[in-house]
Amino acid sequence: MLKTMSVKSVLIAGTAALTVAGQAYAYEPARSAECIAPANPGGGWDFTCRSVGKVLTDLDYIKGNVQTVNMPGAGGGVAFAHTVSKRAEDESLIVAASTATTTRLAQGQFPGMNADQVKWVGTLGADYGVIAVGKDSEYTSLAQMIEAIKENPGSVKFAGGSASGGWDHLKVLITAKEAQVANEKLPKIRYLAYSGGSEALVQVVGGHVDAFTGDVSEIKGFMDSGDLRVLAVLSEQRLPEPYDQIPTALEQGVSSIAPNWRGFYVPGDASQDSYDWWVNTVNELYETQEWKDVMTKNGLMPFHRSGAEFTEFVQNQTLNIQTLSKDIGLIR
Amino acid sequence: MGTIELLMQGFAVALSPESLMFALIGAILGTLIGALPGLGPANGVAILIPLAFSLGLTPTSSLILLTSVYAGAMYGGRISSILLNIPGDEPAMMTCLDGHPMALKGKAAEALATSAIASFIGSFFATVGLVILAPILAGFALKFGPAEYFALFALAFATLGGITGKNQFKTLIAAALGLMIATVGIDLSSGVQRYTYDHLHLFEGIDFLIAIVGLFAISELFFFLEQHAGDGLKQVALNKLKLSMKDILFIMPASLRGAFLGFVSGVLPGAGASLGSFVSYTLEKRVSDKGEFGKGDPRGVAAPEAGNNGAASGALVPMLTLGVPGSGTTAVLLAMLISLNINPGPMLFQQSPDLVWGVIAALFVGNLVLLLLNVPMIGVFVKLLSIPPKYLMPIVTLIASVGIYSITGSTLDLYFMVGFGIMGYVLRKIEIPLVPVILGMLLGPEMEKNLRHALVLSDGDWSILIGSGLSIGLWAVAAAGLILPMVFGKVLRAKMKRSKDGLTD
Repeated sequence: MLKTMSVKSVLIAGTAALTVAGQAYAYEPARSAECIAPANPGGGWDFTCRSVGKVLTDLDYIKGNVQTVNMPGAGGGVAFAHTVSKRAEDESLIVAASTATTTRLAQGQFPGMNADQVKWVGTLGADYGVIAVGKDSEYTSLAQMIEAIKENPGSVKFAGGSASGGWDHLKVLITAKEAQVANEKLPKIRYLAYSGGSEALVQVVGGHVDAFTGDVSEIKGFMDSGDLRVLAVLSEQRLPEPYDQIPTALEQGVSSIAPNWRGFYVPGDASQDSYDWWVNTVNELYETQEWKDVMTKNGLMPFHRSGAEFTEFVQNQTLNIQTLSKDIGLIR
Repeated sequence: MGTIELLMQGFAVALSPESLMFALIGAILGTLIGALPGLGPANGVAILIPLAFSLGLTPTSSLILLTSVYAGAMYGGRISSILLNIPGDEPAMMTCLDGHPMALKGKAAEALATSAIASFIGSFFATVGLVILAPILAGFALKFGPAEYFALFALAFATLGGITGKNQFKTLIAAALGLMIATVGIDLSSGVQRYTYDHLHLFEGIDFLIAIVGLFAISELFFFLEQHAGDGLKQVALNKLKLSMKDILFIMPASLRGAFLGFVSGVLPGAGASLGSFVSYTLEKRVSDKGEFGKGDPRGVAAPEAGNNGAASGALVPMLTLGVPGSGTTAVLLAMLISLNINPGPMLFQQSPDLVWGVIAALFVGNLVLLLLNVPMIGVFVKLLSIPPKYLMPIVTLIASVGIYSITGSTLDLYFMVGFGIMGYVLRKIEIPLVPVILGMLLGPEMEKNLRHALVLSDGDWSILIGSGLSIGLWAVAAAGLILPMVFGKVLRAKMKRSKDGLTD
């Protein structure tokens, strides 16, 4: 028995206009769809599936229900392999993905698999990277910290919630590289891997580790209490409130941008028509008030790519991560 | 927000119809499992974890269900002790001393009622202690850096054998087995794969829930197959309950002392419920007027029962605040928490206050439910005791298989579960304890991570491990925890055994 969530359609009168009823597509979606969350309940992918599933049924894009299936294992690898090998033509299947998926694909952590084996649909928001220090830290700006790293790469120790070589680690490296830290110094930057962002954060606030690398959604509590000094957010523009006081890395002269996007892929052999339907649906969904409410409630920031644009984005991101991982000697 | 306010919010969670239902189900199942000889609380919780998964419960509901099972198992342990002179688990051993003689005198109903009331008092006051102590301990959170955590985990391992552990060497073997299993998977600190053989299902390591269910529940099945124990226990007749207010007041002081001692020994990692019930009983014998200890004195039932239930709640303090379990059962609960994506430890109180306080409130509610269940309905539980295991074991196996399959939906996990079942059977045959295996799996990766982090922070200087007052203090307690049981453990165990033998002779 798999954990499932069935959401009864509750149609709000005002949203009826947004439904797909009037649109003509060669592809008609099946009565119900399935969303694979490649992790246990309670995490980010699980959230993506359940919230998107709910809005899809609430707005009648899917007539029946969107069933969330949890398929943990190998950081998404089990679900990826399952999609590629067993569900390659399934047109009513979507799989939740994020930067963690591209990171693992880039580093060859899904053995024998690559990003071209599935079709990338689109993103529905992102969580942006931040670099922060404790309130008693000697660093008051990103520039100061970069100077220290340039002088001695081992002098600033970072704590983050992903494994070594994972996205939190990569954010530091992307930023350092953009700030002209020499390539041979990158592997010498010290990164402490914790099993979750909050664990890493406590270590930084407690003064045990110098700096925190993570996502903006993780820092609100300690930022509000004044225990954490956020040096930079890795986004193109300043984020909306309550994060509008955080300077971007860009305005400090370092063009480091690190969105941890939330999105989907569908099986590689799904028909072009069904793929177009999903891309279009994601585009429309992103504009609805219902989805905007979900984003506000859960601290998701605006970030939308879909279809060909998203596919190209994934390819570029994968390539960049590959280069970076080679720089630090994680892969050959 | 103040503690009281948070607790009130907790009650709002615990008193919702859904939570009440799970507390009730948990209490009944727990009592039943605790009452079956041989199935202790750790097994009880282990068997019911898959149930929580197969029902797809929310983290809060799962924890309420399992803490009620935990509390219920502590209550249930005394039923077979008193009626059959067979303790359901180790902590219930002391209850046999005066409980069974009372039953022999035709006062079985009184003995059961007395122990139910004492259990309630023990749990109630220890839960109050938990409410007071846990936030204080959680406040220490920020003081713990990698070096301090490493010392803390070393402490947990050092005290593993505990006061009542039989053979330190076997405990070490078991812990080492757990550590070995824990190395499978992608290493967090370096991103390197260890023992995964490019098999996707091994990338995230071996889920400890599979190990727990296999080791505890499935091995139980093998034992059952071996013994062909098809028949239920013999029916025991119960007399009509005659318990006056005066009788209750008579056992009050004993229960209160037991509750306090139990709570303290529960909080200390490694000491646990056995010590709680033992110390409570011996102290009671010493401070009370002569009485008829060993021959059916109600205070001799009340003290150890309050003690072991107090210890059960006390053991939740280090588990919730520091992520270090104080007993086997709390280790199983800890595994459950981690699997639900909840990071136990200092941050739990700040991140999921609704969950923590909901569970604490559920403990209060659960205990009240247990008291209400146990006094008037004791006859029902006694009847349930005589259900032949041949009906019970298939149900257990079914729940275990469905539950494990529902965690990841992979058949490989079922093979692993059976594998662990065989391993558990063999280990139990050669008397190697199972709890240290689980603790090794749970704490090993954390310990490794913190040691490596500490050394990265100090640029390879090992002296960081004793760099703060807190870590030195933790090392000192760890040393004491390792050495004291070797010195006093023998004496203590001999005493426990002697008092029990003295009775059966």
